[in-house]
Amino acid sequence: MSAPLTPSQTVGPYLALGLPWEDGPYAAAAGAPGAIRISGRVLDGSGDPIPDALVETWQSSPEIGVGFRAFARCPSDDDGRWFVFTLRPGPVPGPAGTTQAPHLDVSVFARGMLHRVVTRIYFADEADANATDPVLASVPPDRRETLLARLGNDGHRFDIRIQGLDETVFFDV
Amino acid sequence: MPDAFRRDDRDVHPPLDSPPYKSTALRHPKQPLVYLPHTITEVTGPALGPARVGELDHDLTRQHAGEPLGERITISGRLLDGDGRPIRDALVEVWQPNAAGRYRHRWDRWPAPIDPNFSGAGRCLTDTEGRYSFVTVKPGPYPWGNHPNAWRPAHIHFSLLGTAFAQRLVTQMYFPGDPLFPYDPIFNSVRDPDVRERLISSFSIESSRESWALAYVWDIVLRGRDETPMEAGP
Ligand SMILES: [Fe+2]
Repeated sequence: MSAPLTPSQTVGPYLALGLPWEDGPYAAAAGAPGAIRISGRVLDGSGDPIPDALVETWQSSPEIGVGFRAFARCPSDDDGRWFVFTLRPGPVPGPAGTTQAPHLDVSVFARGMLHRVVTRIYFADEADANATDPVLASVPPDRRETLLARLGNDGHRFDIRIQGLDETVFFDV
Repeated sequence: MPDAFRRDDRDVHPPLDSPPYKSTALRHPKQPLVYLPHTITEVTGPALGPARVGELDHDLTRQHAGEPLGERITISGRLLDGDGRPIRDALVEVWQPNAAGRYRHRWDRWPAPIDPNFSGAGRCLTDTEGRYSFVTVKPGPYPWGNHPNAWRPAHIHFSLLGTAFAQRLVTQMYFPGDPLFPYDPIFNSVRDPDVRERLISSFSIESSRESWALAYVWDIVLRGRDETPMEAGP
């Protein structure tokens, strides 16, 4: 028996009432050994911050265990900033016997977005693994940069540009 | 590894570029989306479990010292996949304005009263048959700045994690017969009128509890698994 799918609607401006969790950004507990911080901003087509967005990350890892939720959720602040605290993902199987480079799946919700957009975070310092990743290979080469988190003073940096110059690559999932 | 999910029909979800809803203008990607195969990352998802849900989280009328003002209602239904199978132990999160249409949020400045006995957020886990249920008050419609004399039909925001990243959905539930439906660009962003109807709950006299609360019933359907072999097997 098939059931008709429920359509998406925008999360609206007041998502902060219902969605944030106190421990939301912490896929790994604060202070967990080997944990990394990934942070950035969500920006609109004018380059302005989106202060009412929600960023969620999910990663699959063979080592998922007690104390590691692998899922994080962070509302953006007034400057469009978000962060997650997680364990660095490992390589996982991809289509047709390929191996995928370490990555996180990302959903972004916001007022003005009637459906989530989906992107992926890869790591700039995994050049070898990235070079053979089947999903990155399907992205136009001049746009792959938008999927790479870069290590800086404050951990890994990943900005999400919804529209415009250097628009982030979004996926049809 | 679990199967991939069936891809949604193009006309189920609203287009991200939807000009009548003005804020979509700068918030939709202009580059084409890149096809993402359903690999292990997309076909798995977090198992959150009962620790996420407090004892009174499903009852928005009992989260404060007194009862909120407004029409007490229940909202219940089933969370199913596209094959009609129940989705069990899944987190359902809701948020809404109070009976006067005011959200308890620093950005909501329209001069309707705040109700000190209503926060407007709830969550629950689906049971073994995929059922969820909330007790709340009926939310009021509220004005917004999209166009002159713009009002949102009464609605409750719903967030569903399902069992996999590929099933994630955020949506809104509406009430039957709302006179604001023809004027709302968010509701009407779902282009097919038959599909749009799926966002409207039904009133149920059978589920209404005598001398206590009226009942609205709404089933939510997330994607089903693909019957064909894994498109992205190891
Ligand atoms: Fe709303």
